[in-house]
Amino acid sequence: MSASTILQRSLRSGGLVTGAVIVVAMIALACAAPLVAPYDPNAQDVLSVLADPSAAHWFGTDQFGRDVLSRVLWGARISLYVGFVSTSAGVAIGTVIGVISGYYGGIVDRLIVAATDVLLSFPQLIMGLLLVAVLGASLTNLIIAIAVTAVPAFIRMARGSTLTMRERDFVDACRALGYGDLRIMFLHVLPNILDEIVVMASLWMASAIRTESTLAFIGLSVPPPTATWGGVVRDGFDNLLDAPWLAVFPSLAILAVMIGLNLMGDGLRDASDPKGK
Amino acid sequence: MIRFIIKRMLMAIPILWAVLTTVFMLVRVVPGDPTIIILGDQASQAARDQLRQQLGLNESILAQYGDFLMQILHGDLGRSLTTNRPILHEVAAVLPFTIELTIASLIVGTLIGVPLGVLAAERRDGFADWFARIFSLVGVSFPAFVSAILLLIGFAIQLRWFPVISSPRDNSILEHLRALVLPSINLGLLMVAYVTRVTRSGMLKALGEDYIRTARSKGLPHRLVVWRHAFRNVLVPVVTVVGLYLGVLIGNAVLTEIVFNRPGLGKLIVTALNQRDYTLLQGLMVVTAFAIVLANMLTDITYGLVDPRVKTS
Repeated sequence: MSASTILQRSLRSGGLVTGAVIVVAMIALACAAPLVAPYDPNAQDVLSVLADPSAAHWFGTDQFGRDVLSRVLWGARISLYVGFVSTSAGVAIGTVIGVISGYYGGIVDRLIVAATDVLLSFPQLIMGLLLVAVLGASLTNLIIAIAVTAVPAFIRMARGSTLTMRERDFVDACRALGYGDLRIMFLHVLPNILDEIVVMASLWMASAIRTESTLAFIGLSVPPPTATWGGVVRDGFDNLLDAPWLAVFPSLAILAVMIGLNLMGDGLRDASDPKGK
Repeated sequence: MIRFIIKRMLMAIPILWAVLTTVFMLVRVVPGDPTIIILGDQASQAARDQLRQQLGLNESILAQYGDFLMQILHGDLGRSLTTNRPILHEVAAVLPFTIELTIASLIVGTLIGVPLGVLAAERRDGFADWFARIFSLVGVSFPAFVSAILLLIGFAIQLRWFPVISSPRDNSILEHLRALVLPSINLGLLMVAYVTRVTRSGMLKALGEDYIRTARSKGLPHRLVVWRHAFRNVLVPVVTVVGLYLGVLIGNAVLTEIVFNRPGLGKLIVTALNQRDYTLLQGLMVVTAFAIVLANMLTDITYGLVDPRVKTS
């Protein structure tokens, strides 16, 4: 077996596992930030400003002498929290609307489809930018803005899957048994489309974390000095010529979580696809 | 073909109307008095009244909506609150830079993505396939500002192959193109990832079809079978992703323009946000939405060109 075959096989079967390990490790580090972070993320040390990476400061220090490793660890808490909560909210709202819309059909369904089409014609990032700018930059508003960008995508998907489920015999059987619409929609249809939703949610979480870090990079996130990944990259970018490593470490942290979540999402999709190649 | 194009253009009108209405509502839901936001809370009542008059905020919401639509029908996007220049001029000044960047990144995306995807499908499970999968995984994982910063550190600061600041006033065409390389690679990276994925899976499907076996058994050369017979079937999905990701591309252009310090629509959007220039913001949203509706329309028309079956259906 050639090296490329082994690598490729482990990618195919191990992608899900690798991705999960990366993501779980990041979550564990984020949770343990108060214990493992070597310094207070906001503690300034004017005597060691923009210091190179060293044994004392593994990732170096920023323009205020703050320890970058500690800021990346603490920043993970905000980024992962925003990603998780906003995706969950967006998925829940979008799925409920989508299932109802697909199940009942009719004029309301058509209006909802038209509304999602219009909302989806705005780029996700531009929409997020606009919403945070309008609502004001705070943790809650950030979560709301990112959740709102997820809703139309999940409406469309849940609606599409519900449409095909509605034609299945088991739904007729439920009706014949006299079950109510709510019971059929959420106890019988929903479980059958859940796997697709979980797959898309895991990919969407990557997208939510990307949006959060991007907004933080532009300066539209939790106000400073709170550490967020995008914000730490921004501090590095502002000192790019003097201290290029500043931007590199938080960038790699973001990239690692993105790769982990995408591997998980792709792995879940392959695993849940009966036609699996 | 012309009938198909006209039909498709007519279909874009209701979508445009809906998009314009959404933009109008979004800008109006800004909490607080816009005159206080624009002038600050120290502004005198007279100044605020004057601004309200100037912005047409004293009219009913329906009248404002009517004015808004009429203005756009006349090709007028209003004036910027901060510079007082017509928004159309502001947009026209930076649009060439954004278009240039988008086209360059589309070229990067297709020129690398298509051959990589075809190669990966041809040598399934081989080295090329393995490389294509890792490359596209990394490509979709990079937030645009992260890849931009890493490219800048690697190729502009360390290796000094390209300028750190992609100034628009570079004298020669060669310098201009040199400044365009890193931004378009950055913006094209995501495109490469998606195009590779779609091309690979489309080619895998096409190469398994009966007519490919027929073509092979006729003794046609391998290259002809792959590129003429199989690849034609992949064109539609490739055009779809390219069209679909034009929206993402516009979002990523914002970041690319910030990191590489290029003028463009994206940077103008951030400026408008920072200066709370709501008329400029509204105008830019209209332009962005127009661009995306236009891109969707062109995508559909391209379907008709690459796949004759689309027109008739």
